[in-house]
Amino acid sequence: MHSDAFDRYHHGHSLIHDLDPRVKVVVTVGFILSNALLPDGAWTAFALAWLFVLTASFFSGLGLGFTFRRSFIALPFALAAITVLFSIPGKPVTSFQFLMWNFTITDAGLLRFVSIVIRSWLSVQMAILLVAVTEFPKIVHALRHLRVPAVLTVIISFLYRYLFVLADEVLRLLRAREARSAQMAGRGAGGSVLWRARVTGNMAGQLFLRSYERSDRVYNAMLSRGYKGELMTIHPHQVHAGDWLIVLLSFVCLAIMQVVGRAL
Amino acid sequence: MHYSPVALHIPDGFLSFIVSLICWAIAAVVLAMAVSRTNKSLGEKQVPLMGIMAAFIFAAQMLNFPVAGGTSGHLLGGALAAIVLGPWAGMLVMTAVIAVQALLFQDGGLIVMGANILNMGLITSAIGYGLYRGVSNASRSTKLAVAGVAAWLSVMAGALATALQLWLSGTSDLQTVTLAMLGVHALIGIGEALITVAALTFIMQTRPDLLDESSASAQGGRGWALPGIALSLAVVLLSPLASAFPDGLERVAENMGFLHHGQSAPYQIIPDYTVPFLGETALSTIVAGIIGALVVLGLSILTGRSLQKKSQVSK
Repeated sequence: MHSDAFDRYHHGHSLIHDLDPRVKVVVTVGFILSNALLPDGAWTAFALAWLFVLTASFFSGLGLGFTFRRSFIALPFALAAITVLFSIPGKPVTSFQFLMWNFTITDAGLLRFVSIVIRSWLSVQMAILLVAVTEFPKIVHALRHLRVPAVLTVIISFLYRYLFVLADEVLRLLRAREARSAQMAGRGAGGSVLWRARVTGNMAGQLFLRSYERSDRVYNAMLSRGYKGELMTIHPHQVHAGDWLIVLLSFVCLAIMQVVGRAL
Repeated sequence: MHYSPVALHIPDGFLSFIVSLICWAIAAVVLAMAVSRTNKSLGEKQVPLMGIMAAFIFAAQMLNFPVAGGTSGHLLGGALAAIVLGPWAGMLVMTAVIAVQALLFQDGGLIVMGANILNMGLITSAIGYGLYRGVSNASRSTKLAVAGVAAWLSVMAGALATALQLWLSGTSDLQTVTLAMLGVHALIGIGEALITVAALTFIMQTRPDLLDESSASAQGGRGWALPGIALSLAVVLLSPLASAFPDGLERVAENMGFLHHGQSAPYQIIPDYTVPFLGETALSTIVAGIIGALVVLGLSILTGRSLQKKSQVSK
């Protein structure tokens, strides 16, 4: 499997692509943090935040609709928030009959629900943009510079490196199961659910052993290439004056959103 | 090829700032302990091992088996990772998996990643390893049975923790979200338990050396039984409390002043959300919970069906 199937990084050069990865990570986290801090119903601030996302998308050269198209990934989770529509006391907006029960949507509930969904939607867009303009290994490298423990970043690097290899392994296991599961038309194939679960469990065990033994070989290969317990890189990151300027600008924008969100 | 997200990945925006912060703090403390313990006890050889094991968990989450009605059972892997790798390594591995899911797939948010790590990585590992370790001298079948129960409980614990965080953030109504989360994950947990037990059986038969007393996973020590059992008890006691008698839990949270702070904004637009729901509203809440659970179930069946169709078409 090619990494493109998973990785959403888009090659290119733009103002945003060429920023230091640390800057991109910090600004993204700052933006999401700022969203979390905005009060419910701060519509002007939400609009400004969206403008912020659009500006960043524009300068990334990916097009204004890019983040929007992918932003619905978090939407199913909105189900979890649906109950606030009915459970927060407030002025009734509308009520409807479902089977034999009455549901009343209150204005306060509606306000909260819409605010939660908007916050999430804005945050997801920014995260999508981050991944689209930063190669994943660079994000991990940035995390290391931002004082995330080395053990974790090294595990994440390995995870990313072998994800596609092991995904292929899973696809082979699934194909093998498919190949030996002949099915007659109109009749279910395979045994009971328990039996199917056991087959899948065996596949997981098989995958575990293959991964385990692969890690042995990987380790030996690394040793022979001079591995001393730490990963090295030949791309040292440097923060330029321009990077600082972007950080400063972004945080001024975030501060303005917070002020607007509270004042209006 | 599809990668099936699990309903436990909370996206950004659904937890309040304070709740996210507290979860990050707890996760950071536990992870710091895990990092220092693994740095001390593991040699350089374990680093590529853990990295590839993280990729293994990630890939193993793609394995599934058909259950009735187009739904499928699959693996979260927290309990399995902790049992085969040891609790600390299991936690680090799960954290890496969750971090990559959030960073690469936007499956789960960044500010709420602390909560996701806590729910799906730390609690599941502690329960999975703790219970399994508690019976390490027992016969093979007892061990496997306990591993199955631990895997099921770990999923339920993750679901309960998620529900409580959503409630404390003022995103969901306590009773509804607990009922829906626990209801759905009681089923998901069964798939988790079956796969975990079968995978362990397979490993015991083919490479028993990886699971015996001298292996890395045994380095966690017997002391783990205690937090494992304590967390399991908390799940068993809190679940019925939160789903059947939510008022008690809300009163406690209110007395601690937590619920009020937990509500997202410093400016309260909703004046008194903490009033215990009484009378007719309580009934409507329960009903809403059941409907919510049914909607979630229906949606997952529909998605499962459409995914199945898609994969059949692509073949």
